[in-house]
Amino acid sequence: MDYSQFLYMHDEISLIAVIVILFLADLFLCGDRKSGTVSKALSLLPVGLLALQTAYIASALLCPCGDGMSEAFGGMYQNTPVMTLVKVVLNVGTIIVFLMADSWMKRPENQIKVGEFYMLTLSTLLGMYYMISSGHFLMFFIGLELASIPMTALIAYTKNNQESAEAAAKYILTALFSSGLLLYGISLVYGTCGTMYFDELAAKFSPADTLQLAALVLFISGIGFKISLVPFHLWTADTYQGAPTTVTGYLSVISKGAAAFVLFTILVKVFQPMVEQWNTIMLWIIIFSITVANLFAVRQNNIKRFMAFSAISQAGYLVLGVMGGTAQGMTSLVYYLFVYMVANLGVFLIINVTEQNSGKINISDYNGFYQSNPKLSFIMTLCLFSLAGIPPFAGFFSKFFIFMAAFNAGFPVLVFIALVNTVISLYYYLLIVKAMYIVKNDAPIAPFRSDCYTKTAIAVCALGVVLGGIVSCIYGYIDTLSYGL
Amino acid sequence: MDRLNELINIILGIHVDMTWFLVLSALMMFIGIYGFLTRRNTLAILISVELMLNAADINFAAFNRMLFPEGQEGYIFALFSIAISAAETAIAIAVMINIYRNLKNNFVANLDKLKW
Repeated sequence: MDYSQFLYMHDEISLIAVIVILFLADLFLCGDRKSGTVSKALSLLPVGLLALQTAYIASALLCPCGDGMSEAFGGMYQNTPVMTLVKVVLNVGTIIVFLMADSWMKRPENQIKVGEFYMLTLSTLLGMYYMISSGHFLMFFIGLELASIPMTALIAYTKNNQESAEAAAKYILTALFSSGLLLYGISLVYGTCGTMYFDELAAKFSPADTLQLAALVLFISGIGFKISLVPFHLWTADTYQGAPTTVTGYLSVISKGAAAFVLFTILVKVFQPMVEQWNTIMLWIIIFSITVANLFAVRQNNIKRFMAFSAISQAGYLVLGVMGGTAQGMTSLVYYLFVYMVANLGVFLIINVTEQNSGKINISDYNGFYQSNPKLSFIMTLCLFSLAGIPPFAGFFSKFFIFMAAFNAGFPVLVFIALVNTVISLYYYLLIVKAMYIVKNDAPIAPFRSDCYTKTAIAVCALGVVLGGIVSCIYGYIDTLSYGL
Repeated sequence: MDRLNELINIILGIHVDMTWFLVLSALMMFIGIYGFLTRRNTLAILISVELMLNAADINFAAFNRMLFPEGQEGYIFALFSIAISAAETAIAIAVMINIYRNLKNNFVANLDKLKW
């Protein structure tokens, strides 16, 4: 066996190195945890290591050797520059989540399990890496499960909280159900084709084969659970509400974005001959996701639950890029993922810092938030405007590009329905803005100062929201890397 | 005695082909889905889900044995999926023990703190 092919997976191996270093640091550096003397180094170490690793991966993008494509283990592992780019985007999101988690990790009840949080999060990230770079259904399945099993432990992280345990139970049971469906679909692919390598599969598919159609439907429903598209979204709101806020932020952006990107690459690469069939399926899924989630979001009062329905509808917009499977679709999907990530994490940062300082998570608690915390309300408004797609924020451009991609792929009616839904979504995003600025409240949330980690993260998100759309070279750069049918 | 011998001969004479395995796995799959939707105890739901996962494993093994005997891909996939479903079950049971500690029972009807 040629061991040098392990070097092709340098993204994954560097992440494993980070996990191992953190594990050892957690073991030896922390000393006496009970007395709360966890060294300050441990809160800075994960962020620093992950930033280093991100720089390492990104360096492969900046100075590409050859065309940047690599393949290992007979095609089981495949990597292209755009996959590396998605990994970098996911990494940036994880760094923001780590910065967000810091004040929560410093609470006395979490002191004994700080290391576990970082290791579980990085394990799910590793699973997403393998899922993105898979070239075989076995690799894809293992990556998917590696991304969802530690996630359950993260959701149930606050052990004595009944809501957290309930959210984890709902998550793991639906995740198991969806992987059962997915596995059955993969077995049908194997039965009809005799292979599971992505490179060989496309030639063996034909739209006339009903077993393969069943496999396609089972595959889409299995991965639809992970992206939480309607009608596979029923776990989303409960899990998002019950999970710790930091984990909800991670769940709503990073695991969703990775799954959406993988849906694109596998549909384009493996289910290529059935493009008409999956276009029809995705069309209805997208229409239902956007509309149903918007209607439910309007009537929420808990802000995490509200963000859950907002995230379902945003997932619908995200997979608009899948329609037709064009190169433009992939570009706009990755761009949308980036922009959605900074805006959504910005909102979650403020929800989290408010919850840490005052314990309040209802939308009505935010009445008069502007009087007491003007800066935070301003940033939150920027992020909500970006999510709603108001120019000149990045959200407008990402929505515009993704609509363009779907329109050029030949789905004008779908784009029209999505546009109408953008107006509805503007209404409920503005409800929060109205609560913060206009509604009078005699006892608003008391003014508080956020810690420097949160401040850094908020600054990054605000910069991303403001500059992400105006700096046009970002979209242009993604466009040079992407590919389609 | 004669009738018993006759019955044994009939059973031995049956040629077990692909269809038998596929029917078995499809049945298991749908029994699992039915159980997932109707059981009221989280552990029973977990057992139903295991039925679904095992149905897919039977498919993999049968396809490999009957249709593509030259390779090992299906067997290997079944092995990996058994290991992964064991990991999933372990963490699901851990979550359920946690719920049991808080609630002193494990029924779905009591998981009602998060609604609408």
